[in-house]
Amino acid sequence: MGQTINGLLRRHGLILAFLVFLGGVALNAEAFLTPGNILDVLRQVSITGMMALGVTFVVLTGRLDLSVGSMLTLLTVIVVDQHNIVGPFPAIVMTLLAGLAVGAINGLLVGFVKLNALIVTLAMLSFLQGLVLFYSGGSNVNVSNAQDTWFGVFGRGDFLGLPVPVVLFFVSAVIAGLVLQFTTFGRRVYGVGGNETASIFSGIDARWTVFWAYVVSGLTTGVAAVIMGSRVMGAQNTIGQGYELTVLAGVILGGTSLLGGSGSIWRTVIGISMLGFIQNGLLLLGFPYYVQWLVTWAVIIIAVWIDLGAKRGRIFA
Amino acid sequence: MSLATNNQAATPLQSVLGWLLRNHIWVFLALTVIVFSVSSPYFLTVNNIGNILTQGAFIGILAIGMTLVMIDGEIDLSVGAILALASALAIGLQDHMGVWPAVFLGLMSGAALGFVNGTLVALSGMHSFIVTLGGLIGIRGLVFVYSGENALMVPDFSYTEIPEIYFGPISLTAILFFALALFFQWVLSSTRHGRETYAVGDNIEAAHDAGINVKRHKIINFTICGTLAAVCGILLSMRLGTAEPNAGKIWELWTIIAVVLGGTRLQGGFGSMWMTIGGVLTLAVLRNGLRLLNTPNYVELMVMGGVLVMALVLDKLLNQKGDT
Repeated sequence: MGQTINGLLRRHGLILAFLVFLGGVALNAEAFLTPGNILDVLRQVSITGMMALGVTFVVLTGRLDLSVGSMLTLLTVIVVDQHNIVGPFPAIVMTLLAGLAVGAINGLLVGFVKLNALIVTLAMLSFLQGLVLFYSGGSNVNVSNAQDTWFGVFGRGDFLGLPVPVVLFFVSAVIAGLVLQFTTFGRRVYGVGGNETASIFSGIDARWTVFWAYVVSGLTTGVAAVIMGSRVMGAQNTIGQGYELTVLAGVILGGTSLLGGSGSIWRTVIGISMLGFIQNGLLLLGFPYYVQWLVTWAVIIIAVWIDLGAKRGRIFA
Repeated sequence: MSLATNNQAATPLQSVLGWLLRNHIWVFLALTVIVFSVSSPYFLTVNNIGNILTQGAFIGILAIGMTLVMIDGEIDLSVGAILALASALAIGLQDHMGVWPAVFLGLMSGAALGFVNGTLVALSGMHSFIVTLGGLIGIRGLVFVYSGENALMVPDFSYTEIPEIYFGPISLTAILFFALALFFQWVLSSTRHGRETYAVGDNIEAAHDAGINVKRHKIINFTICGTLAAVCGILLSMRLGTAEPNAGKIWELWTIIAVVLGGTRLQGGFGSMWMTIGGVLTLAVLRNGLRLLNTPNYVELMVMGGVLVMALVLDKLLNQKGDT
């Protein structure tokens, strides 16, 4: 019995601590655990969460994608601007295609040319931010006919009483989880991340696996951009700045290993939702918004350390 | 490692070629200088060279610490936030204790945070990317907790004249950068700590088996990196006379770009301050030159991305030849 409790704490200590946090905030802020507030948090989380789904694929292969923040900016600017020019549906298609294209370039450079993922996606971050300024000429873009377009449904609409972005996020999460668990591609992602050499010897083409992981990341960022553009009905040139870090923080917090091969979609969903609830809870308790950054720091360190300590059987390296 | 060292009986041409390939960043730097000199009459002037050196020195000082950490096979993403905190403390504390104690405490904040980063990496065994990603987010929070959302203003503007010492066109800031770079090049090439840095980065288990105290070693390098970030922050606060809570945002990325451009490898075990100086100067020349040519801001960002990928490809090609 003592053993099981110990094991339970080790494996799910983070979630238990999170539940304690939720309870603590709920006692001190009545509005916290109301359905309306929970849906608001989930609505906010859906954009970073959407991106995190794709980034999880990349991280599982043992690579990184730092370009998603700039990519979100670029794609949001594209979807909003093109909405005014070619209408909502073609704009969405273009945005998703652009996301796939950027992901493919990342995938090509990392998977096939075998360049360092961190630097390549860092270069892409810089390049895409330049591309944003080039495309928009430095000015912000807005949806001109915000009142009479159905485009708003992705960010603002409701479906069966749930916000559409939340539904999109959860449906995508289920699909991504199923792909990882039950498709050959999903198993290959784990294989390449777990032991690349072994995976190559077992006949997996690691280059294509990495390539497609980046393409998935580009696609989910494209969907996130559609939600973002639809919610804001406009886009600034810096709208996605820093998102790559929040997304990574969520993925890491969930317990997906940066070394690859270990982690899952549901962990990412938990990690990114935790960040959302921590942020919202601290605000409701009356803390200034930047206190959440301090808490995020502590939570990341503690969570990852506990996770690592549990895996190797002792706390200190 | 390189073409020339493999071949003992290298002809002079081969050794020159080998040297150029090993130091491709300097070749690239020379090329950019030539291109900008031809295309802008204002580029190759004494004043502008002085400007480039001063502008480059800020990222340069960060890059020195980053180089040490990267040769160790680690990374420090928190330098931008550390510099913001040091600059806020150096200015904010002046009302209470005077200029130099405030500057000293700013410096100490950087050392302390670097020590925390290093200790967390060493004790937990977590990857430094995670530890310092947390630091990047959390230390920025500390800055806001300390200074609120507004920029802090220096009480007495004579503070801004401290670094305004020039040796010809070269500012004290630039001199400081070169002095620190030379000092740490000496540390890398001529001290035990320096040799251990390469050993740890090259093969951490072998280094441990050889009797190197890897944990203490890493803590020292992260502390140096944090301290240098604080030096950069304090110089920035002197230059601006204010400390803005968002100062240094994404400077960690520019720093990594400069170091990688120089040829130091993220995998660890390879690199030098010479390379980093080359990378820093190249970055500074590119930014300065593109601005002199009146190119829009986006060109700079796109060129930077392109150059970075090119540097990686080049390094890969040269490295593959050298290794066989």
